[in-house]
Amino acid sequence: MNRFNDILKECHDVAFDLSFTKAKEWKAAAQSRTLVGFLPIYFPREIIHAANGLAVGLMGVGDRKQIIKGDAYYQSYICHLPRGIIEMALDHSLDSFDGYIFPAICDCVRNLSGMFKLAEKGKFQRYFDYPQNFNSSIGGVFYRQELYKIIDDTYQVNGVTSTTESLNHAIGLFNKNRTLIQEMYNIRQEYPWRLSAVETYVIIRAGLAMPVEEHNRILEEVVEIISADRGEPMDNIRVVITGSFCEQPPLGLIKSIEMAGCYIVDDDFMLGSRWIQGSVAENTDDPLGALVDAYLTKSAFSSAVYDVGNPKGQHLVELVRRRNADGVIFSAASFCDPALLDRPELQKACDAAGIPHINFQYHENTGQFKVIKEQAGTFSDSIKLWVQ
Amino acid sequence: MGMESKAAIKDKSMVIQKDMLAGLFHELSTAKETGKKVVYTFVPGNLIELILSFDMLPVYPEINALQSGMRKKSASYIREAEKMGFSEDVCTYVKCDIGMMLNGNIGPTGEKLPPPDLLLLSYTGCFTFMKWFENLERLYPGVPVAMLHTPYQEDGHITQDQVQYMVKQLKDDVIPKMEKVSGKKFDQERLSRMMVNSAKAEDLLVKILESAKNKPSPIDAYFAGVYYIGPIFTAFRGTEEAVEYYTELYEEVMDRVRLGLGPVTPEGELKEEKFRLVVEGPPNWTNFREFWKIFYDAGAVIVASSYTKVGGVYDLGFRHDSGEPLESLAKYCMGCYTNMNLPQRVSLLADYVKDYRADGFLINSIKSCNSFSAGQLMIMREIEQRMEIPVGFIESDLVDPRYFSYANIKNRLESYFQMLEQRKIIIAQETNAVLS
Amino acid sequence: MNKYYLGVDLGSTTSKAVIINEHDEIIGRGITNTRANYAVAAEIAREEAVYNARFSILKKKLEGEIKANPHYKKYIDDLESVFQYEQFKVRLDKLGEELLKTCRTFFKDQGTQEMFLGHLRNIRKAFKPVIKYDYLYNNLGAKNQFFRDIVSEKYNEEVNKLELALFEPLMTIWDKSISPAENQLFTFDFRELIDKAMDELRVKYKNLPNTTTDRTSINFDAELNLLKGNFDHVSESLRTHIDEIKEIDFNITNMTGTGYGRALLPFPQDCIRSEILCHAFGAHAVFPKTRTVLDIGGQDTKAIQVDKYGLVTSFQMNDRCAAGCGRYLGYIADEMSISLNELGPMALKAEKEVTICSTCTVFAGAELRELTNLGEKREDILGGLHKAIIMRAMSLLARSGGVFNEFTFTGGVARNPAVIKYLSQLVRENYGDTIKINIHVDSIFMGALGGAMFARRNLNMDLPSGKKEELVLN
Repeated sequence: MNRFNDILKECHDVAFDLSFTKAKEWKAAAQSRTLVGFLPIYFPREIIHAANGLAVGLMGVGDRKQIIKGDAYYQSYICHLPRGIIEMALDHSLDSFDGYIFPAICDCVRNLSGMFKLAEKGKFQRYFDYPQNFNSSIGGVFYRQELYKIIDDTYQVNGVTSTTESLNHAIGLFNKNRTLIQEMYNIRQEYPWRLSAVETYVIIRAGLAMPVEEHNRILEEVVEIISADRGEPMDNIRVVITGSFCEQPPLGLIKSIEMAGCYIVDDDFMLGSRWIQGSVAENTDDPLGALVDAYLTKSAFSSAVYDVGNPKGQHLVELVRRRNADGVIFSAASFCDPALLDRPELQKACDAAGIPHINFQYHENTGQFKVIKEQAGTFSDSIKLWVQ
Repeated sequence: MGMESKAAIKDKSMVIQKDMLAGLFHELSTAKETGKKVVYTFVPGNLIELILSFDMLPVYPEINALQSGMRKKSASYIREAEKMGFSEDVCTYVKCDIGMMLNGNIGPTGEKLPPPDLLLLSYTGCFTFMKWFENLERLYPGVPVAMLHTPYQEDGHITQDQVQYMVKQLKDDVIPKMEKVSGKKFDQERLSRMMVNSAKAEDLLVKILESAKNKPSPIDAYFAGVYYIGPIFTAFRGTEEAVEYYTELYEEVMDRVRLGLGPVTPEGELKEEKFRLVVEGPPNWTNFREFWKIFYDAGAVIVASSYTKVGGVYDLGFRHDSGEPLESLAKYCMGCYTNMNLPQRVSLLADYVKDYRADGFLINSIKSCNSFSAGQLMIMREIEQRMEIPVGFIESDLVDPRYFSYANIKNRLESYFQMLEQRKIIIAQETNAVLS
Repeated sequence: MNKYYLGVDLGSTTSKAVIINEHDEIIGRGITNTRANYAVAAEIAREEAVYNARFSILKKKLEGEIKANPHYKKYIDDLESVFQYEQFKVRLDKLGEELLKTCRTFFKDQGTQEMFLGHLRNIRKAFKPVIKYDYLYNNLGAKNQFFRDIVSEKYNEEVNKLELALFEPLMTIWDKSISPAENQLFTFDFRELIDKAMDELRVKYKNLPNTTTDRTSINFDAELNLLKGNFDHVSESLRTHIDEIKEIDFNITNMTGTGYGRALLPFPQDCIRSEILCHAFGAHAVFPKTRTVLDIGGQDTKAIQVDKYGLVTSFQMNDRCAAGCGRYLGYIADEMSISLNELGPMALKAEKEVTICSTCTVFAGAELRELTNLGEKREDILGGLHKAIIMRAMSLLARSGGVFNEFTFTGGVARNPAVIKYLSQLVRENYGDTIKINIHVDSIFMGALGGAMFARRNLNMDLPSGKKEELVLN
């Protein structure tokens, strides 16, 4: 058990280290290594790995940093995440980073890429556009071009050419990473008390700030530990949380939901780490093609992806069924247009499927959880009563 | 008060425009009877020539929303959408449009708008567009959606790869869907012919907007600019009518230049141009007249604005090209203002300040619109540093009256105008001191 | 003839007036917290500023003599104190009347009415001499306290001495009576009042014991003793000067109105100016190296950047609500049942700063109660709260461009020591130790001062509007 506590502590330290010490140490340990930061949700870290780089998730400063200068860049009606990111860039927390990647998920993140350009932070600042056309000869071609841009960006930084071999190697490592995370969720589905949602969160988030090889070792240990019984089952309901894919809820919020009597059996907190559902084809002659194909055909459902003909409401309902969940908690960051604009549609799908749900909004630095706890507690109680 | 009551002195161009728009809404209201097919689409990156080449009619939900705002209907529409579960935090255009639809879809002329036969999601420069039409698709089940993904000008320019990506989407997805809905074959010849007219109208529009480089400026390039861009933004680019309208408007503007007249306001001609401003961001629609009045009462004229470029930054040189119709549709989409990256926006605005000899730079930051708003504070600092002129910042919303605080905005604008005035006095005194 | 210029700053909680001379020097200040209409508030503040100006002129005239005879200054200061008391007394009498009047309408039952009238008379009898004493001997007039604050403190003291059952009704009577008394506009005859004051002063000095207590400072002793020994002589030798200032026809050459309620001032359009410009101009005049100004007032917070002339180059104001402004502190004080002036000193005793989520006035009460329930100490909550206010101000400052040297802090909230502590701390942490932070004793008057300065300049300038109207002056 002590080993588990050690792992957890280590993960906690790495996951919430706003100086990214672990990643910076990794970079400093050898020549021509490069450090690239990326914002939520998903980014194919394989291509950075293949070029002797480490892609680090910039998931926000949460409640761990006072925002002073960041507020100078954002009006009060814009979400909290980007002001923390710009604050880190301005106070030199990110100084060892060579470049930044801004996945195309919303206009705030898009424009943040321009702010990094204007502020000349990093050697490159790339807005990484995803195709909204999923035909491989149209969207696929476009996506491959986007991948090439990043490969070129990192080459300009460290002169390392990624090869078929190095890409395939990276794909293997990240496939393993996804498989282990999936295993963790599968074990939790049956025995949610063995690993709390907070613990799960911390362990996965740490993976965004350390080399994947190291994270895989941690995950292997965790999977082994939770394969044996641990903890005590409680009379909790089972919920799926959705809407928290970008700006992250504070740990206190996740904890409050659990304490209010809800097992969180699935969520989209660290959706990027689980974006590709299943594995990317390994050992092909065209590893980039494999990444492209995985994106087009195996992407998770998300507010960032055009869903006509493939409605997310249906995906959410399927997820709830698969996880044998009792209800859904819609938990979105305030002013998050993608999540909040999807909410009515997703709620409608839940209603149609007879799945109860509640919703609330948060900021990454929310400090008071009383209302949320009460709401989740009432939700839990009402579901229990209803089942009886 | 207002333009309506001054119909007698209304310029001819305004009458023409009014008739054009009334005609369109009438055509829309009778589309079911006449069998015309209706395409819902967005202003930035609109494919109007293509739509018209299939003899279909466009409906622009953004324009309906802004009209609802001007007609004081938006508050109740937004409430309606919020009852459906939309958060107070999200885009009010979307909420207003959905609320209007739930309330019978009555358009700005009081005539009912037809439901769509095709949702053309030209996803240009605004992520929310995608969410918007995903929602509409559920509200109009069975209506086909054509997605046209416009890549962002990430590197500050348009690449050939991006053009090809868009052309492929047009050929493989958009055009086939249009053929199916309209029952007509795609006629590239016809499209090309229309583009000749597009380019003519675009030439004229640029000349009209650039007339504001004169002192005094004969036009207000923001509040009145909204009227000038109307036809080219919406249903008429590519038609003879649009060319006629802009020809007439251009002549009127040139007359004003010859006579040394200032812009026309709802209360008549502006007598004295005191401040020349460049404005970034969309206007507020719920209190459009009041908002404008604060400016013209102070003698503030907007000589250039970015908002009038969301449907195309023609002054940077782009014209629809009959020689490469599909490619030029792609380039048009990617060139729109909201699809430009921040460094491009800053340099465009800085050029406006210089070329239009502006005294100040003002941002109207819109709560609803992250595409515009995220980063505006940094844009403001950059302009201030590069151009060394006083900058101003106010906040409001597109169509949610809860976010338009008249007293607050008036206070800030008055402070800003007084700041410009004092600066002029001091500069004049310094110059005098040097001279004497 | 000397020219004087008036600036009136109608804030959301207080109204301020400043009179300057041709050298931009402040010679008169007036302030009121009356909640009556803006015209009355402006008039009360202006009157006070004019009286204050007369005393300044008097001191100025006697500059040379005062240097040689420090007790002259003591005499004039004393005289001003007593003069203020004479004004105060008129309002106090009005309050007395109002209290009795309210009592009569409030209690229908004859017996109860009589009983309460009796209590009210006793209360008045008890606190009136105390206040007079404080004016005459403890320099109350110089302490910047409002009528309401002074009287309510004394009234409460007296009510607390009575049985508990009387508390509610007596407080209700108070609430109904204070505003009419406070909002009444009195026209005083300066000559009459100053003569009265001189008489009072004579009585004071006649009755002064010959030895002074140990508590007073040596310096004070010296002046007091000098004056005491020479009173009649001093009084006589100053009389001519005093008579002169009595007769001065106080001519305001031009004036400017600013602040929250400026549009409601009975001033011509050209005499109205944005408070942003005025605050900045005023702050810059007092500290000419100012580049950044922060003003935290009752209902808004302004972060302003100025150039070397004191002209605004950019500014930011808080959003739609009064979160984090003076008004918020007012709510907190009410919620904690302590006076506004005690908040800052109590917050200074904080050992840590409790995290405060919202500086919103609407949620303030609920959050405060929740934190108290969680067992947080009042001092620590207040510490967190003051810090939260400054955090908001810091983001406005950042948004306006940052903090540049020198940095001047103005507005009513600038009197709060805890606010100053956290502001200094955060400014230095974020913008470096080299930033000089200026806070002036007159910081609350900066808007009015800037207004007066604009008034002086605008007369000499042909404004581009070219529609300057003739001013009607009194």
